[in-house]
Amino acid sequence: MKRSKWALPYFIFLVLFVLLPLIIIAVYAFRATDGTFTMSNISAFFTKPTIVKTFWRSMEIAVENTLICLLIGYPVAFILADKNLNKSAFTAILFILPMWINALMRTIATAEIFHAAGLPLGRGSLLFGMAYDYLPFMIYPIYTVLNKMDKSYSEAARDLGASSFKAFTKVTLPLSLPGIMSGIMMVFMPTVSTFAVAEILTRNKIQLFGSLINEQFNNMMWGQGAALSLIMLVIVGLTTLLPTGEAEETEGGTI
Amino acid sequence: MTYTGKKIISQAYLWFVLALLYAPIIFIGIFSFTEAKSMGNWTGFTTQLYTNLFTGSGRSTSALIQAIQTTLIIALVAAAAATLLGTLAAIGIYNMRGKRKKTIEFMNNIPLVNPDIITGVSLFLLFTLLHFTQGYLSVIIAHITFCTPYVVLNVIPRLTQMNPNIYEAALDLGAKPGLALRKVLLPELYPGMLTGFILAFTMSLDDFAVTFFTRGSVGLETLSTYIYADSRKGGLTPELKPLMTIIFLLILVVLIIVNIRTIKNNKTK
Amino acid sequence: MARPNPDEIIINIEHLSKSFGEKKVLDDINLYIKRGEFITFLGPSGCGKTTMLRMIAGFLEPTEGVITLDGKNMVGVPPYQRPLNTVFQKYALFPHLNVFDNVAFGLKLQKVPKDEIRKRVSKVLKLVSMADYEKRDVSSLSGGQQQRIAIARAIVNRPKVLLLDEPLAALDLKMRKDMQIELKEMHEKLGITFIYVTHDQEAALTLSDTIAVMNEGKIQQIGTPTDIYNEPVNAFVADFIGESNILNGTMIEDRKVKFLGQVFECVDEGFGVNTPVDVVVRPEDIVVKKKLDGAQFTGTIKSCVFKGVHYEMFAMTPDGYEVMLQNYRKFDVGTEVGMTIDPYDIQVMHKDCTENVFKGVMKSSNKVEFIGEVWECEETGFEPGTEVDVHVPFNKVDLEDDEKTTTGAGNVNFLLYKGNHYHLTIITDMGYHVYVDTNDVWDKNDMVGIEILPENMKITKR
Repeated sequence: MKRSKWALPYFIFLVLFVLLPLIIIAVYAFRATDGTFTMSNISAFFTKPTIVKTFWRSMEIAVENTLICLLIGYPVAFILADKNLNKSAFTAILFILPMWINALMRTIATAEIFHAAGLPLGRGSLLFGMAYDYLPFMIYPIYTVLNKMDKSYSEAARDLGASSFKAFTKVTLPLSLPGIMSGIMMVFMPTVSTFAVAEILTRNKIQLFGSLINEQFNNMMWGQGAALSLIMLVIVGLTTLLPTGEAEETEGGTI
Repeated sequence: MTYTGKKIISQAYLWFVLALLYAPIIFIGIFSFTEAKSMGNWTGFTTQLYTNLFTGSGRSTSALIQAIQTTLIIALVAAAAATLLGTLAAIGIYNMRGKRKKTIEFMNNIPLVNPDIITGVSLFLLFTLLHFTQGYLSVIIAHITFCTPYVVLNVIPRLTQMNPNIYEAALDLGAKPGLALRKVLLPELYPGMLTGFILAFTMSLDDFAVTFFTRGSVGLETLSTYIYADSRKGGLTPELKPLMTIIFLLILVVLIIVNIRTIKNNKTK
Repeated sequence: MARPNPDEIIINIEHLSKSFGEKKVLDDINLYIKRGEFITFLGPSGCGKTTMLRMIAGFLEPTEGVITLDGKNMVGVPPYQRPLNTVFQKYALFPHLNVFDNVAFGLKLQKVPKDEIRKRVSKVLKLVSMADYEKRDVSSLSGGQQQRIAIARAIVNRPKVLLLDEPLAALDLKMRKDMQIELKEMHEKLGITFIYVTHDQEAALTLSDTIAVMNEGKIQQIGTPTDIYNEPVNAFVADFIGESNILNGTMIEDRKVKFLGQVFECVDEGFGVNTPVDVVVRPEDIVVKKKLDGAQFTGTIKSCVFKGVHYEMFAMTPDGYEVMLQNYRKFDVGTEVGMTIDPYDIQVMHKDCTENVFKGVMKSSNKVEFIGEVWECEETGFEPGTEVDVHVPFNKVDLEDDEKTTTGAGNVNFLLYKGNHYHLTIITDMGYHVYVDTNDVWDKNDMVGIEILPENMKITKR
């Protein structure tokens, strides 16, 4: 009975260091430098051309990156989870191993490869480098769902007369949707908000939403930065409303 | 398509993607054996960078080693604190019902879905408002916020899988609550706590954005911020290449050993 | 039963109640347990038996009431200070400890010297026939073996009372039977009090000195297995213990009861004249013969199933009652048989009630509120706000499949076959009881809609 109180320290910690900071962001977003209420920070998001452009560019790149990761990652997860096609669990581990190397370091190396190959740093290198950074985040949740999935579902579909393609599109794919959704979540949000990765991969040629927020804070424009952060928070909040199988995925996430 | 055909294509695809994934790491590995400043520039084979790394010589090696130390200290302290806080919280949440449980579970998820930059910026504003001197302590607190959810989420399944009577059985046999916790509950939760700790440790090691915003202006550098600063200056500290190569090889070896052992264990059982 | 000498009593429970939030799980339980006896709390799931056990063990504190052990009040004493031990339902062996360390757990906490621990553990392991398993991992043991270790772990501490919470539920049938015999032997050898909780009536009858039959948080009957089997006090006990024919009857006068359309001689007295009663006849107590003359009543065999030792048959009487029979002889389906019942084998019981009586309040002169719903009724002329009793005969309550279209709704909680109809107890969503006689077949826990037509309510001022 009393053991429910053991969560109290963490609850206080969450209120102090998670909830309160988010409230502060919201306060700053509506606060002018003289302390009065203002909508100008928020309205700048809709009116200031550089902000609007950067926002849509980030969304575009995030969507593209998510799609690339999904298209490359789903087949990988599928093959890894199929005991007939891949017997060794070690191959699955190989796909998450790069994550232990510092992300910025890997990003720099990617940029250097482009540089060494004589390719220009820009949208191409950005998409390539991001896909490379976030691919494991797409593979892992899909792999977990497919791996846990009872094989008799697709066997039942075959038994009922579905071709293997039909069995995949009508049974396996819909059942793996929770994994796909959390994969999308894990790739999309970091892509929108990243700034260091984009700076390195494009030598500051392409600015993303995350870089914009960073820039506001660097230039002491806290109100503007807080407003952009708040908008990003709202987007995050909206995406979490999408049905995901997140609770299942995070369970026992052993790496 | 024949069965073997399918298998060959699948394997080829896997290895192709793996090759893409590993290209930058291999690239780093190769150019750790030459002294040229930028990668892709081969100026002859040498192990000089490795020597520099271990002897601390070289232009900015000492700063790099300092950054490595800072990174490790922060990751260890944050992961340990997160494991303690998260395990207590998991036991608490497991014993809760209804709305309170839902609320704290929801709050536990916020740091997980929150983009790093938001976590960083929001904590930066908090610390600034509270006139909290930003440095080691602020970074560690910030790291605890995004590490603890992983511990909570790894300990709760252990609790739900556990026979709920085990704790009561210990009490029944004469153990006081504290002792029952140590002798019976903790050994059961240990695997979840360990996984949580490792995840928290890795997350902390790899973090850039949160550290970047909460480290203040006292010149605190972790590996990530160090690399970022380096890349902004245009020249990467060359000793980073052998460092990354060594870390990668170490992890690879550990994973191979763990894997061989689990295969052996499975065979003996 | 006469109350025994105080020092023969080890556990005494007085006015014990337990509520979880709004829900009352145990309601004013009074009970004493004699030193050295094997007592079983028997009842369906949710009857409160496990709650009672957990309060005796100290895992739960009562909302009201007192539990004493050897005259000392146990309320507020934590489980680790109570001189009793528990065998848990799924054993709750510590997975990280081997067999020896599991059994030695309690002794080590008591700081018993090492070599004495060794001696006591091996002695108790021998007692449960697990002597060679000391170093084994508990996860490598079968269910039956884990069960033995769980018992060993509890009795090695020499508790005054051993509590067993459905300890055999997870075992297969054969294993369960063997363990029952072993438990009984162990009880005799150890000489300590066993409190056993189960929903398995067969185990309860086999093992116990005393059985307390529980339902809905109350003790329905307490007594020896023979008493409970032969003289159940109500339809619930009769139905729960063993197979039985439970029939509606009328006590014509002392020693004369009418059921199955016949008047039978019985041994019961003091029910008054023409009183509605429930009659219980065990299927093995109905004497079946091929000869029809001399029989008290006749019937046609409708079904016959071999049950290993005896045949179980259903016979249909000319009046349309179905009775269950058990006999070593087989009677083919379609056979006309004659049946007699010995007066001693007829058990007559008071009915809890003979019709539904709901406490209600008039909403208007033709609308009445009871069991949490507002119902249409016939014009009463009563003022709104008048407190009334609403009488509804059991067979005038209509049940529907779709609970959304009816005024009331609930779940089938208990059902009795009464020879030619079913008697159901419905618990409504708001927790009220509605009793229904019906010919339709429902299952336990079915969701049902409840409808009562205005002409079937009799409303009187309270």
